[in-house]
Amino acid sequence: MANISLSEAEKTFILHGVEEDFRCDGRSRRDYRPMELETDLVSNASGSARLRLANTDVLVGIKTEIDKPNYLTPDQGKIEFFVDCSANAAPEFEGRGGEELALELADTLTNAYESPKAFDLKTLCILPGQQCWKLFVDILILECGGNLFDAVSLAAKAALFNTKIPRVTAALMDAGEAELLISDDPYDCTRIQIENLPILVTVCKIGDSCVVDPSAEEEECSIASAVVGVSKRNGKNYISNVHTIGEGSLHKDTMHNCILLGLSAAENLNNELVKALKLEESRVGSKHRNTIGFLK
Amino acid sequence: MTTNVNIRLAIDRVNMGLLAQNQTRAPRLYTPGEVVTGQFGFMKGHGTYVEGEDIKASVAGVMEQVNKLISIKPLKSRYVGEIGDVVVARITEVQQRRWKVDTNSRLDSVLLLSSVNLPGGELRRRGVEDEQMMRKYLQEGDLISAEVQNIFDEGTLSLYTRSLKYGKLSQGVLVKVFPSLVKRRKTHFHNLTCGASIILGNNGFIWISPTVNNEADGGDGGYAQNLNEVIPRADREVIARLRNCILALAHCKMMLYDTSILYAYEESMKYEVHELLQQEAIFDVAFLTQHRLRLQEE
Repeated sequence: MANISLSEAEKTFILHGVEEDFRCDGRSRRDYRPMELETDLVSNASGSARLRLANTDVLVGIKTEIDKPNYLTPDQGKIEFFVDCSANAAPEFEGRGGEELALELADTLTNAYESPKAFDLKTLCILPGQQCWKLFVDILILECGGNLFDAVSLAAKAALFNTKIPRVTAALMDAGEAELLISDDPYDCTRIQIENLPILVTVCKIGDSCVVDPSAEEEECSIASAVVGVSKRNGKNYISNVHTIGEGSLHKDTMHNCILLGLSAAENLNNELVKALKLEESRVGSKHRNTIGFLK
Repeated sequence: MTTNVNIRLAIDRVNMGLLAQNQTRAPRLYTPGEVVTGQFGFMKGHGTYVEGEDIKASVAGVMEQVNKLISIKPLKSRYVGEIGDVVVARITEVQQRRWKVDTNSRLDSVLLLSSVNLPGGELRRRGVEDEQMMRKYLQEGDLISAEVQNIFDEGTLSLYTRSLKYGKLSQGVLVKVFPSLVKRRKTHFHNLTCGASIILGNNGFIWISPTVNNEADGGDGGYAQNLNEVIPRADREVIARLRNCILALAHCKMMLYDTSILYAYEESMKYEVHELLQQEAIFDVAFLTQHRLRLQEE
């Protein structure tokens, strides 16, 4: 995303490497770079996560608020994605420079979460037609090292896993207005089921082959990539949305291959993420803990 | 073939600081605002300021003392050029009679048309034709190796490539590290025994490329880029391993020079190339390299 220029010779080197199935850092076409995950590190958010994928750094905070449901969907809550590209990530993002990319990321995520089978908004309903929870998913991009879409969706999913929605103990109707009693205990809360939540997999077409997890240099060599949103239901993977990025176009067969690669990559990605989240929770417990953060 | 995914937790992060602990002569680090010394008898240099009667550090780094001059050399900084430095740089703009070049310093550097070797190695006055051909020689995005010829008053570096060892770079990988990690040596061009060449730019840009036989080329000034040539898999593995080793050493803040890189390369042989992206492997390679370097010193 960040504009880095490469010489023709460097591009050739990367291209031949991808064809050889041996990329510049020794990975094969289907390997991800190691990631680092931490949840619950922003104390004043309902849920938060930070994911670092090589040089890509994403921080997600989730805020819960009570809102009125839409008239058309009285029994559904709301979710809203907002992406902020920090100027720390790339100088081009300064001012309104990152807006286009931020909107693209937020729209892709919204599309992926739109299907009720991927994310059931009914679980966020408190009183049909009267009150519902609204989740604000705020995504901050701190560093760009390629493959933003995957990192952002994984971090969002991790943050949603970490989100604690206060338990509503009683709802009273007072002169047509709903009044909610919310539990005083900060640890008395409900969690969001994350099994079905979609993740995005960017499949980048370089030369004639497709790779997952492109680095910033590899993204520069590709003219088109497909972002495949994959949601898991009953142990099977389903596509929730597909989005193409880059100025080039993809042939029908390539698109098919991209989607298949995306589906199989998402399977492992999802399993590893859930495993890591469960492990972290079992190791630290649900109460307060020391955050690791960015330093050290 | 399945996708390799590895998500680790931040609580398991490997503490790279452990490497510094077993160093016997670890340099003292100063943080901004820390008192370096009393003002009397000393002069303040770069990276310091005077408050009250003390000289304090204004950047995080190590102290350097030249007689009475106290300066703090920052650990992380942009490249501060010195005449004679070898740099690896990228062309950002083609202008009249000069190229704008990114050398990782605070200001863009310049490469004058008169300070390049024209293809064919001719020595003559640069005419209008040469000016019009400039983009043919070097265009935006191209990487070059060069030497710092001059530093202008405002800090802009002027580069030159009038030697056959400098010039345009062909296929290979660029690695970016902090300039302070590159050790100053007599030579920054190395043909490593493991089968690749590296250029350790003083500006923190390191170029890794397959070894080519320069004598066979005949002096074309290094402007030929063979884009059709496919680098064989074996060379590619060496280059990727070197890249990961250099990044591992840089991650652990170890100095980069031919010996340390070669040791790291040898110590890394027990890992697969892609495994060197993992924190444990990075730590292990850096630890073993540090150990070997210390043994060699004694």
